[in-house]
Amino acid sequence: MALIDTINPLLTTGWAKGDAGWSLKDYEARGGYAQLKRILSSKMSQDDLIAEVKKSVLRGRGGAGFPTGLKWSFMPKAAPEKYVVCNTDEGEPGTFKDRDLLRFDPHSTIEGMIIAGYAVGAKRGYNYIHGEIFEIYQRFEEALDQARAAGYLGNNILGSDFSFDLFAHHGWGAYICGEETGLLESIEGKKGQPRFKPPFPANFGLYGKPTTINNTETFAAIPFILGMGGEAYLNLGKPNNGGTKLFSVSGHVNRPGNYEVPMGTPFAKLLEMAGGMRGGRKLKAVIPGGSSAPVLPADVVMECTMDYDSIAKAGSMLGSGAVIVMDETVCMVKALERLSYFYFEESCGQCTPCREGSGWLYRVVHRIEHGEGRPEDLDLLNRVTDNMMGKTICALADAAAFPVRSFIKHFKSEFEYHIEHKKCLVDPDVQRAGSGFFSASATAGTV
Amino acid sequence: MVEIEIDGKTLEVAEGSTIIEAAHQLGTYIPHFCYHKKLSIAANCRMCLVQVEKAPKPMPACATPVTKGMKVFTHSDLAVKAQKAVMEFLLINHPLDCPICDQGGECQLQDLAVGYGESASKYEEEKRVVPDKDLGPLVSTDMTRCINCTRCIRFTAEIAGFMELGQSYRGERAEVMPFIGKTVNTELSGNIIDLCPVGALTSKPFRFSARTWELSRRKSVSPHDGLGSNLIVQTKHDKVMRVLPLENEDINECWLTDKERFSYQGLSSSARLTKPMVKQGGQWVEVDWSVALDYAAHALRDVAKTHGGAAIGGLLSPHATLEEMYLAQKLLRGMGSENIDFRLRQSDFSADGHRRGTPWLGMKIADIAKLDRVLVVGSFLRKDHPLLAQRLRQSAKRGAQISVLHSADDDLLIKLTARAIAAPSQLPALLGQVVKAVCALKGTASDTALAAVTVSAEAQAIAQSLASGSDGGSAVLLGNFAQQHPQAATLQALAGQLAAALGGRFGFLGEAANSVGGYVGKATPGAAGLGAAAMLKDPRHAYVVLGAEPEFDCADGAQALASLGKAAAVVVLTSFKSQAMLDYAAVLLPVSPFSETSGTFINTEGRVQSFFAAAKPLGETRPAWKVLRVLGNLLDMPGFEFNSSEDVRSEALAGKPDFVSGLDNGIDLAELNLNTSINGVERVADVPIHFADALVRRAPSLQQATDSAAPTARMNAATLGKLGLVAGDRARVGTGGAATVTLSAELDTGLPDGVVRIAAAHADTVALGAMCAVLSVEKA
Amino acid sequence: MNNQYDMLSSESLRRIDREVAKYPADQKQSAVMAALVIAQDEKGWLAKETIAAVASYLGMAPIAAYEVASFYNMYDLNPVGKYKLTVCTNLPCALSGGVHAADYVKQKLGIDFNETTADGKFTLKEGECMGACGDAPVMLVNNKRMCSFMLPEQIDKLLAECK
Ligand SMILES: Cc1cc2nc3c(=O)[nH]c(=O)nc-3n(C[C@H](O)[C@H](O)[C@H](O)COP(=O)(O)O)c2cc1C
Ligand code: SF4
Ligand code: FES
Repeated sequence: MALIDTINPLLTTGWAKGDAGWSLKDYEARGGYAQLKRILSSKMSQDDLIAEVKKSVLRGRGGAGFPTGLKWSFMPKAAPEKYVVCNTDEGEPGTFKDRDLLRFDPHSTIEGMIIAGYAVGAKRGYNYIHGEIFEIYQRFEEALDQARAAGYLGNNILGSDFSFDLFAHHGWGAYICGEETGLLESIEGKKGQPRFKPPFPANFGLYGKPTTINNTETFAAIPFILGMGGEAYLNLGKPNNGGTKLFSVSGHVNRPGNYEVPMGTPFAKLLEMAGGMRGGRKLKAVIPGGSSAPVLPADVVMECTMDYDSIAKAGSMLGSGAVIVMDETVCMVKALERLSYFYFEESCGQCTPCREGSGWLYRVVHRIEHGEGRPEDLDLLNRVTDNMMGKTICALADAAAFPVRSFIKHFKSEFEYHIEHKKCLVDPDVQRAGSGFFSASATAGTV
Repeated sequence: MVEIEIDGKTLEVAEGSTIIEAAHQLGTYIPHFCYHKKLSIAANCRMCLVQVEKAPKPMPACATPVTKGMKVFTHSDLAVKAQKAVMEFLLINHPLDCPICDQGGECQLQDLAVGYGESASKYEEEKRVVPDKDLGPLVSTDMTRCINCTRCIRFTAEIAGFMELGQSYRGERAEVMPFIGKTVNTELSGNIIDLCPVGALTSKPFRFSARTWELSRRKSVSPHDGLGSNLIVQTKHDKVMRVLPLENEDINECWLTDKERFSYQGLSSSARLTKPMVKQGGQWVEVDWSVALDYAAHALRDVAKTHGGAAIGGLLSPHATLEEMYLAQKLLRGMGSENIDFRLRQSDFSADGHRRGTPWLGMKIADIAKLDRVLVVGSFLRKDHPLLAQRLRQSAKRGAQISVLHSADDDLLIKLTARAIAAPSQLPALLGQVVKAVCALKGTASDTALAAVTVSAEAQAIAQSLASGSDGGSAVLLGNFAQQHPQAATLQALAGQLAAALGGRFGFLGEAANSVGGYVGKATPGAAGLGAAAMLKDPRHAYVVLGAEPEFDCADGAQALASLGKAAAVVVLTSFKSQAMLDYAAVLLPVSPFSETSGTFINTEGRVQSFFAAAKPLGETRPAWKVLRVLGNLLDMPGFEFNSSEDVRSEALAGKPDFVSGLDNGIDLAELNLNTSINGVERVADVPIHFADALVRRAPSLQQATDSAAPTARMNAATLGKLGLVAGDRARVGTGGAATVTLSAELDTGLPDGVVRIAAAHADTVALGAMCAVLSVEKA
Repeated sequence: MNNQYDMLSSESLRRIDREVAKYPADQKQSAVMAALVIAQDEKGWLAKETIAAVASYLGMAPIAAYEVASFYNMYDLNPVGKYKLTVCTNLPCALSGGVHAADYVKQKLGIDFNETTADGKFTLKEGECMGACGDAPVMLVNNKRMCSFMLPEQIDKLLAECK
């Protein structure tokens, strides 16, 4: 699946030719590696480079939205050994943008990482690619070979005194490795159990060395930012929400896929680009930023624009930009059951509240869905989430709690109906029809 | 230092401290499970959450570093609410059956649940069940109780040096386990029992035998290696039920070796001698104490009268107490014998008369942490001195360079900087090379005896490491193997030269509980007397044996048996009887093991550690110091009027110092003995950890541990090949005499050429005689 | 002592070496994830002996390798069929037929999740989000091949293709 539509193509400019446009020569033809060449030949200072990124107000695309330039500036200057790591773990349900970035245009990420290496003074980088997209991992390795052969990687890149090499590391089925320190542990050949912070990766990262870690889309944006200048990039979006962003739209829309739009684009516009609601049905709810983001009811989300601030104001998070669209055929209890199962399954198991709480949440929601709910269960769920939140090493426990709280908050009556009547408010046949699986035409979702 | 505030109290703490450490300084308790001061920080249990001013969330006290002006609240609403939340989570999948749990009464979870738990859990879903694991004969599991604090895992990886446990699977299914089909084999495994805050890991030997509140507790001192670990001995009805570490940061920290922890099982072995016995007309009869003592006194007096006092030899266990050794030597000297020794496994006595003082560690145990360069010479360090090895392991992690010079390259689980491995006969020359190389590096002259040695690359590497250390930061440590070596005096002299060239320290790793105490208690031969080896080589008419089993505890067990067998009278003071004793002895006097007597051990750093009996003597057993006193009285010797073991100690030590005086490793040796030419296969003999003394040999659970495997004949590939053997073959090993022993040949890649490694102190190998010998090896 | 890792083919060891080369010389353990995948590819699944062999080759404690093998859920600690089909049933996929696709496969093969067909050909697994939600329903074949838009017709085709 390639991009379906865009307003301001930057990241997606290379996607037009689908699988035929990913290789080095295509990228170079699109102006690829020009920024790296410019930086190296002009001997741009690290400070200037970081300042430019700061100006763009590029906020990390991995979920937390932390300003990238600022993050880079935390790297200690003097340390002899430093790393740059790219996070292509992309396990947050609903998110599938990084896969397409690496599939259709791997070199923009590679160039972004080399430039980051230059900016923070690292000589080595790794891209952590989740195991489920092994084909993409292989393509990325091919792209690395191309870049190495062309002299963009290795010693004395393009005749400069800057050396940088880059490798791909694959995951093998653990969502938690998307958490940056879990990811670092995983590269070190361990279980992906997150580390307590502080110290942060900028001081104690991969192999205990200072490390900058960013999302794929964050790195991929770097060459474009430097191409147009930080300010111009910022101005594409909204103040404090620079540039364009990829949104992965999934669920009950006619054309699920990735859409690159400027920050601040109205949700309604994004929905329209995605072909509108499947079968013309009514929008019920949207999870706007990946499964850990609180769900928003239709009326609330229709008023939102797609940027960090607007979504936060509405009570959710822009997160990774994964927009999960649900229509009226969805039983919210069943939907939550599925999400809760995910966090139960993916908890790494080290922190007590997460290890024990995620299973508790899932079991109670499961009971409610299966007609064994009790009136006190909703309070219990709220209390358990309350006891989990903010008490763990990483944010997975919060991620498990947010859906539960928001689903109950916005769709309480559906839960109560379940508990009282031991069945769904939404008729099972209606639910079954919603997915389009049995009635599907072979054309659904084609490029 | 930074100033912070905890619960309204201000204090100064070192920068980089964590909140929990700071709270500890104040005496404020913060509940916790995963945190342990000796282990890395995991911060996974989340029990220690506290409120920190300005922090939006509760912070784990174990992992949060203090910052200037930080205000911490350990009991605020936010903190207590968080702690209660965590406690509830910990309990939902935990069995709430404390009354049947072996940890009941000493469970941190139970204790804290009382303070932080709700009376009724709201959890009504199915509880998790986790399959138990087989960790071996010492540690029992009940994994459903595990709270995944990972202390045990971190212990194996960080303290014991090899990760034998892990947390497999993830999330709620996470399970602590060893690798499939493996047990936990570290010689320190029992510590995970102490570390486990719940009843998931408990002592297998102790299991269900008593509840904690039924036990009486006494402080004691370990009767095994030279460290002198501090113990808590727990008894029920005068039976030792359990031994736990008594924390002493300067000695054993909070650890014990498995040997120290589980050897107590031997105390109630069926081999305990509980009644005095005498041999009459070839028959053993149980008799009253008075009869037995008379008999012993008579026998000794007869020999002395007929053959002179020098016809009596005294073999004293180095695990005997100071008081026992002191009285035994006094008794023997009183009868006119100077043949007294406790150094039973020593084979070279040429240093006697040339020593400047009592050999010792050369420093305080705690000072090991200050060393940045260490050379360990001739030591099966990990098995002979597990807790000292552990200290060096931590030093290596902090950046100290540790090197080894030895005849076997066992994995010490310590990151080594350099090593030189050679056959026993080559060790003195090899150490000489290091001395020569260090002198060259330091620009000082080396001993002229070293003129002919050529420095090998391995010796050079060791020298370079040693010479690169800080001033006074280096040490050379002589292990048991070096002390038992046929050229031990030369090794000692060279080690002294090396330390001098480095401006560093030089120490002996004390083999036994009283390796220093034996010297202090004068249990060494006088000028005209014979040492342990000589009095066996040149048989005596009578022997007094105290606490030892000479066939296992002497340098040449076969010879010991032969000489004892020939003697007219052997008086044995022992806690255990054995067939061998019944064969050679005339009188068996049941004396108390360490748990049933008061006494003193002087550890390898010269520290005087006295202890009281933890239990009443079993049967008619009596403390050996009392038995020796009565013997002295019966023999009408003056100076045996002691009312207590303290009286004996006062005389032996001239008071009650904390550390003994006269410790000095200096040696004035006329010449070095560097050359030995060997024709044949040299034996390298280790004393397996669970065979090193009479008590541990009788501890059944330890005897099932992997460290107690039957001896084999281990060789490197070249030696096996040269002898036409492959691993797994049966090999016939001979001494040149009549005796042969058949053992399984095994490959050991860590051995030098021309060497066969065969454990000593074991019934299977007693016939092979000397620990250091040239043997014949052929396919059986 | 035989080298336990003799049990891996020289081709696998060569591939593992290539992974090891990606990391600093003293960080061989970093290659364990890739090495376990290579071993799983060769052997079909990860028996404890295989895991021990990988651990020994990389100089790590066997339990450390087992932790890894049991933490990441695409490693198979039990034998699987010739074709392991993993269907994503996570919410975004479920909204577009993920669960129904799994039901369809179950019915066609007569097995449930975590079961293998009697002929040993297919094993069915339930997967978590594979980062391809726009292509739902998605299915992984033998961990490495991702199949998109798995509606009934495509599932029939895939099953027929698996010989
Ligand atoms: C449970 C959890 C899962 C995460 N998964 C991902 C992920 O799949 N991809 C990602 O880029 N960031 C993920 N993150 C966020 C990362 O920890 C980190 O913030 C991000 O990679 C930083 O990159 P950025 O600044 O470019 O966004 C996750 C965080 C948590 C707590
Ligand atoms: S919050 Fe959950 S996933 Fe995150 S580190 Fe703790 S146990 Fe692991
Ligand atoms: S003691 Fe701090 S989290 Fe366990």
